[in-house]
Amino acid sequence: MDLTILTAKGIIILVIFAVTLGIAAYSTYAERKVAAFLQDRIGPNRAGPWGLLQPIADAGKMFFKEDFIPSQASKWLFILGPCLAMLTALMSSAVIPFSDTIRFAWNKVNYEVPIQAIEINIGVLYIFGVVSLGVYGIMVGGWASNNKFSLLGAIRAASQNISYEIALGLSLIAILMMTGSLSLRAIINEQATFFEWNVFTQPLGFVIFLTCAFAECNRTPFDLPECETELVGGYHTEYSSMKLGFYLFAEYINMFVSSAFISALYFGGFHYPFMSVVNGALENSLGAVTGHNIGTIISLVVFFGKIFFFIFFFMWVRWTLPRFRYDQLMNLGWKTFIPLAILNVVITGAGLLYNFKYSSWLIAIVMIVLAVMSTSRAPKREVIPQQS
Amino acid sequence: MQLTNRSKQVSNKEMTLAEKMYLPAVISGLAITISHFFRKKPTIQYPEVKRYLGPIYRGHHILKRDEQGRERCTACGLCAVACPAEAISMVAAERKKGEENLYREEKYAAVYEINMLRCIFCGLCEEACPKQAVYLRHDRMVPVFLERDEVIYGKDRLVEQMDDRYIRSNNSEVKTTPTEPSLTRAAT
Repeated sequence: MDLTILTAKGIIILVIFAVTLGIAAYSTYAERKVAAFLQDRIGPNRAGPWGLLQPIADAGKMFFKEDFIPSQASKWLFILGPCLAMLTALMSSAVIPFSDTIRFAWNKVNYEVPIQAIEINIGVLYIFGVVSLGVYGIMVGGWASNNKFSLLGAIRAASQNISYEIALGLSLIAILMMTGSLSLRAIINEQATFFEWNVFTQPLGFVIFLTCAFAECNRTPFDLPECETELVGGYHTEYSSMKLGFYLFAEYINMFVSSAFISALYFGGFHYPFMSVVNGALENSLGAVTGHNIGTIISLVVFFGKIFFFIFFFMWVRWTLPRFRYDQLMNLGWKTFIPLAILNVVITGAGLLYNFKYSSWLIAIVMIVLAVMSTSRAPKREVIPQQS
Repeated sequence: MQLTNRSKQVSNKEMTLAEKMYLPAVISGLAITISHFFRKKPTIQYPEVKRYLGPIYRGHHILKRDEQGRERCTACGLCAVACPAEAISMVAAERKKGEENLYREEKYAAVYEINMLRCIFCGLCEEACPKQAVYLRHDRMVPVFLERDEVIYGKDRLVEQMDDRYIRSNNSEVKTTPTEPSLTRAAT
């Protein structure tokens, strides 16, 4: 690889890294603002205009707190826990294609560099691998704390992630079957026309994937690993200062990556309706280089719009739904999502055999019909008198 | 025994399939929360915007003067006796000749001190006073203090200034912040 491409890649990697950190920092601010607005409050508004400097103030507070390590804790693993969580969270954004390519000329040679840290043909698999590693950060930290609440939180996180990873993977297989590739860029390019976005061809898979993404990110309604009502603080009970900050930060980075992943897999990534028309017009009027680059930037903005919507959606759900009970969580994962995902794979495969992309709707329609029937046939709400 | 009509009987009937799917309930819940997102916030931005606390709010103490600017307090000590927190102390003195324009009666309080750390703002001093000399004003609060020697308020900070007289306003002069809907309705 020649030096120019290497430099361009280096710049892109640095920018993605910085943007990921920045978005994660401002997600904490957004979380508090969204929470406040959903609860008829105003939220942080003292640090800077509209409280925009709040993340900096929070980080400053985190840094100046005492960095406490319990005397009975396994010291190195205790330190390793948040490091692992942060490392895996940051690694996963490497393969996400944020936009189309950038064209530029350097030393009379024309280059075309995709806006993506690395383009590998197993992008989906890579993200899966890294995300499953993420649970080690929680496991190691929770175990090393030598605290029963931490350990319980860690065990919950581990079992929850394992359970939901299966359904997550199975719901994705339907998409992989339709695309025939594990490369994220190929999956996105497959969704060039609006009605071929995977959310329209795979509605059931989308619902399963979205729910499992919530579970994988340890977000409400599946935030059992850190549910403060039962487990004090869950796996990070014993953590303080920036180690705790790293855990929380890793959670927000995971949220960002999940949002990017969802919008790439199901919402066409950087595509938007009439993109080819816009790009064609731009390239005709501004030339193949400038026009193409401007089109790329518009796509980038669109992609980030989708990501921000899903980050907002994560927060919106958090302040809407109460936490699941642990047995409900496991039942939902094993008895509902895994069978449904397998059924989805089978039906999609059958549809692909006859070149029909929308066969997943069959299950959705059957489920809607069954639901409507069950509601209409249900007896009037019987009132059981309370025993006094 | 039924106290309110808000109590609801709990049913433990079997859920239908639509209810077991959670999704309809989830979507209706999301609709409820997003409707709150765009709602007007009832927050009052406190230090910048202050809410009217009502005409009978018990705030900063004041030692009243009469219409001619003479101190009403005669240092009878009834307020100090009535005070449940024992926050009030005073030293009485006799009015000299030529001081008739300063003090209303023959006896006056040479020293009148209220310990604001002790005061619980119950208003019993106000009720006990036979000369209508001490009041808890409704429009001003005792400011935050940071030092111990700021805590005991002497006559210099309690006696009414003639250019800044305290009049307890009635409802017609009420000014409410527009963010408090219940007050705007009740007061206007």
